[in-house]
Amino acid sequence: MATTNRTSPPFERAGLSDEQLVGMLRTMLLQRMLENRGFQLNRQGKIPFASASEGHEGVQAGAAMAFARGRDLLFPYYRDLGLALGVGLTPYEVLLSLFARAEDLSGGRQFPHHYASRRLGIATISSIIAAQLSHAVGAAYALRVRGENGRAVLTTFGDGATSEGEWHESVNFAAVHKLPIVLLCENNEWAISTPLAKQMGQPDIWRRAAGYGLPSTCVDGMDPVACYLAVSDALDRARTGGGPTLVEAKCYRFLAHTTDDDDRTYRSREEVEAHRRDDPVPNFERRLVEAGILSPEGLECLKAELLAEINEATDRAEAMPYPGGEELYRNVYADSTDPWR
Amino acid sequence: MAKTDTKGKKLERNGLSDDQLRTIFRNMLLQRQLDNRGFQLNRQGKVPFALGSEGHEALQAGAAMAFHRGKDLLAPYYRDLGLALGIGLTPYEILLSLFARAADHNGGRQFPNHYSSKAAGLMSFSSILAAHIPHAVGAAYAMKYRGERGRAVLVTCGDGTTSEGEWHESVNFASIHKLPVVFLVENNLWAISTPIEHQMGQPEIWKRAAGYGIPGHRFNGFDPIETYGNVNEALDRARNGGGPTLLEGMCYRFLAHSTDDNDMTYRTKEEVAEHRKDDPVPLFERVLLDHDVMSAADVEQLKRDVLRETNEATDRAEAMPYPTAADLYTHLYEGAWQPWQ
Amino acid sequence: MAVSSPTQTTQIMNNVDAVRATLYDAMKNDPRTVILGEDVGARGNVFLITKDFAKEFGPQRVIDTPIAEASIVGIAIGMAMEGLRPIAEIQFADFIYPAFNQIVGEAAKTRYRSNGEYTCPLVIRTPYGGGVRGALSHSVSIEALFYHVPGLKILAPAFPADVKGLLNAAIDDPDPVLFLEHKKTYRLIKGEVPDGHYTIPIGKANVLKEGTALTVVSYGLYVHWALEAAQQLAEEGISIEVIDLRSIRPMDKTTILQSVEKTRKLLIVHEDNKFGGIGAEISAMVAEEALFSLDAPIRRHCAPDVPAMGYAEPLEHEYMSSPAKIADAMRELARF
Ligand SMILES: Cc1ncc(C[n+]2csc(CCOP(=O)(O)OP(=O)(O)O)c2C)c(N)n1
Ligand SMILES: Cc1ncc(C[n+]2csc(CCOP(=O)(O)OP(=O)(O)O)c2C)c(N)n1
Ligand SMILES: [Mg+2]
Ligand SMILES: [Mg+2]
Repeated sequence: MATTNRTSPPFERAGLSDEQLVGMLRTMLLQRMLENRGFQLNRQGKIPFASASEGHEGVQAGAAMAFARGRDLLFPYYRDLGLALGVGLTPYEVLLSLFARAEDLSGGRQFPHHYASRRLGIATISSIIAAQLSHAVGAAYALRVRGENGRAVLTTFGDGATSEGEWHESVNFAAVHKLPIVLLCENNEWAISTPLAKQMGQPDIWRRAAGYGLPSTCVDGMDPVACYLAVSDALDRARTGGGPTLVEAKCYRFLAHTTDDDDRTYRSREEVEAHRRDDPVPNFERRLVEAGILSPEGLECLKAELLAEINEATDRAEAMPYPGGEELYRNVYADSTDPWR
Repeated sequence: MAKTDTKGKKLERNGLSDDQLRTIFRNMLLQRQLDNRGFQLNRQGKVPFALGSEGHEALQAGAAMAFHRGKDLLAPYYRDLGLALGIGLTPYEILLSLFARAADHNGGRQFPNHYSSKAAGLMSFSSILAAHIPHAVGAAYAMKYRGERGRAVLVTCGDGTTSEGEWHESVNFASIHKLPVVFLVENNLWAISTPIEHQMGQPEIWKRAAGYGIPGHRFNGFDPIETYGNVNEALDRARNGGGPTLLEGMCYRFLAHSTDDNDMTYRTKEEVAEHRKDDPVPLFERVLLDHDVMSAADVEQLKRDVLRETNEATDRAEAMPYPTAADLYTHLYEGAWQPWQ
Repeated sequence: MAVSSPTQTTQIMNNVDAVRATLYDAMKNDPRTVILGEDVGARGNVFLITKDFAKEFGPQRVIDTPIAEASIVGIAIGMAMEGLRPIAEIQFADFIYPAFNQIVGEAAKTRYRSNGEYTCPLVIRTPYGGGVRGALSHSVSIEALFYHVPGLKILAPAFPADVKGLLNAAIDDPDPVLFLEHKKTYRLIKGEVPDGHYTIPIGKANVLKEGTALTVVSYGLYVHWALEAAQQLAEEGISIEVIDLRSIRPMDKTTILQSVEKTRKLLIVHEDNKFGGIGAEISAMVAEEALFSLDAPIRRHCAPDVPAMGYAEPLEHEYMSSPAKIADAMRELARF
């Protein structure tokens, strides 16, 4: 099992304002509450599938805070609800995706949490592990070719994704061309049922960076401020011509892989409980309250506000229509979809 | 560098006997002679294609000396004439492959230099870069699974091939399972027309080993003795349960990529001439002479022998028949075959 | 079914159980057999097909691989070359594309390129197909992408007894076999499965229902729906012959031609796209061999020409056929 040297500093705001710190907590709470909603809806039989990123809230809120909206590009993976929210996705959009409604960003085509939004700079992704990496690298190349200094690509992936050949090919290419990209690994120690020890010969993904000639950092993924700092540094380097960075955030997947998985078959409750002590959400709540940035009442207020927003979004999204059958045929090509001419 | 092994200085022989040193040298001469023959036959219009490994002779002859015939397996790539010779293939077999005759191991199906021989422990491979590397790892898994101590797989590839996803996936898997396999990269600084700096972000391939948690070493591939020492140590470790090693042998491709390539479109005469100064064949000849392993007369005799052997093999192979049209249809599946039954 | 004798004992199982039981026997009976794939160990595969195998046979033989499909197949090829009998699993057929090179370029050519010196006895199993809300990346059919490739064999059984007999045949086969399991039939389809070891010959179709008005050729999930539709039409007085291909490469020409020469009409039904699909090859073969036996143009009832079914229910519904849609296609051709 990977034991991590969590490099968590004492409370340190890294130049973030109160508002930004509370903003990060807001993203984290929203993420957790929306995922709860997904599971509820699944159990109620209203949606066939839900998945969760519990344990990833810290790294995602931190990374999203480092992301420059309107400038940077995000190539996420399916476990990045918090990142999507952090860069501007609304709870209503999330619910539309869960309900697979016509108004959903993919028109109800994609699995939940596969957001794509030009408006927000979020690229379209598939469910295929590591396939987004080469796209991210290509986009970074495009930024470079167009001379768009001050812009960078942020791409994320799980620990499991680093075993794919496409991961290697992408990191290598980014390194050859010193592209403006940050490669952020959300290492939650598991790839469905496969522990790190069965995925790689040594457990630190950041250690691979030197082999590509890249700088790297390893951060405590449970600490949003540390993650903000690491990703922010790396994005700054990328935006100013310093090339790619591999950032590894050590976090944990508290829940089963998806609603279709039962993690009791492959890991012990003790292991999960031990990691719960590092749960980024209550920990960050406590830190903000202890630092006097948020009052206990303010926190309750925030939670109530978010719940109301989610309830409202749920009702609104559920009331929306499904796509019609004819939508199946749209957007195969720019023009006619008939293969015979 | 072998260059510094001049007279008067003690010869560091890594345990190799005089006989073994002479065998290595013979292999190197044979490689060069056979390569030459391939190019000649091509210019005479007798074979459509040939490929040279000039510059790889020392690396391949040294590595082959570490291979245990009848026990180890070799998973080579198309530039490994010297390895094939070193583990027991004959010049006649090489010529059969060049001429694509029926008696060739592959029945004249494959390109030249794509040898396979179950008897010699030489695994079948295609022209597809890196595709053979997982096969080597699978074979190593089989050895480990059956508890066959004392056996290992030697798998080679070029520097360019390390950019392929399958290279990464294979090294990663071997590292997890501590398999008896040695990954030997023959770094000749070029992948056809692509120089090393366009292939990777930093030029030292061996440095990737740490990212996989396995040992990695770089050595001078122009020195067959140094090569032997490195490959022997790594193979011994593999044979004794110590797991995989990543080795990088530095060499140079003196000729164009193949008879179909003109390297003067992408590199300079001066660059090639600079590396020619380190040509391993005359260099090793010097070493053997200086240390009285061979006399000048011995060397001349050996060169004559190698030429005669090559000539004889050429005549014999050329006289052999081509495969027949009917041979196109054999060995697709076991037994006779029609897609419609 | 292929084997039935009066003394033959059988058990009722679904398709998942049939795969599981067959793999279990293969592991039990031959120490050269190893299973490798994502989450096949402690998790016992995402459909629980190999549940507890790792406990019984050990992690050496039930290998949880990293997420790296090209090497899953590539390593299995090396194992096969070196005397093991690997059964590689691709978790969902949608994830097979990274392994395309290893399957098409390597496994299928190993014997051929070495002129018979090296062989590749390898089974690649993968769940495919839709109707399970799998959206764009958990529901595709992949058979047409591979059936073009000499050197491969491709099986797609629909019934538990065929699953067992053909999976055994695949495991015994000296060449690489792509074994496709329709995931919607996994728990939906139950049937009698003979006890003990048996194989069903690769390349033999099965006439499931005899009829006179027209021949329906199908495989996978749609075989079941075609049978349902044929029952419906029987009540309407139209007699349909239903053929389950079971084996896609090689394919059973004799059975198809015998049937078409009798019914004089052919409807091909499959879930994969129509354009360049399996039905195109069957149509061409029948046109070449039996054109003048036909009383009507050949019809193909297949998926529309879109990349995959969307997640939303109406999108999946539109993409997938159904017993009713197949019945309509049958009626239309019967009327011709
Ligand atoms: C190419 C491919 N192979 C396999 C899968 C199935 N799969 C989905 S998620 C997953 C595990 C991914 O693990 P990791 O990258 O660590 O991300 P995490 O889910 O832990 O965040 C697997 C194997 C897939 N979607 N794509
Ligand atoms: C998958 C694949 N891509 C491209 C090629 C074409 N190709 C043949 S050799 C070669 C260069 C390989 O360079 P390297 O690995 O350094 O080996 P070298 O030839 O220098 O020994 C390329 C690109 C190929 N054979 N296979
Ligand atoms: Mg993970
Ligand atoms: Mg090279």
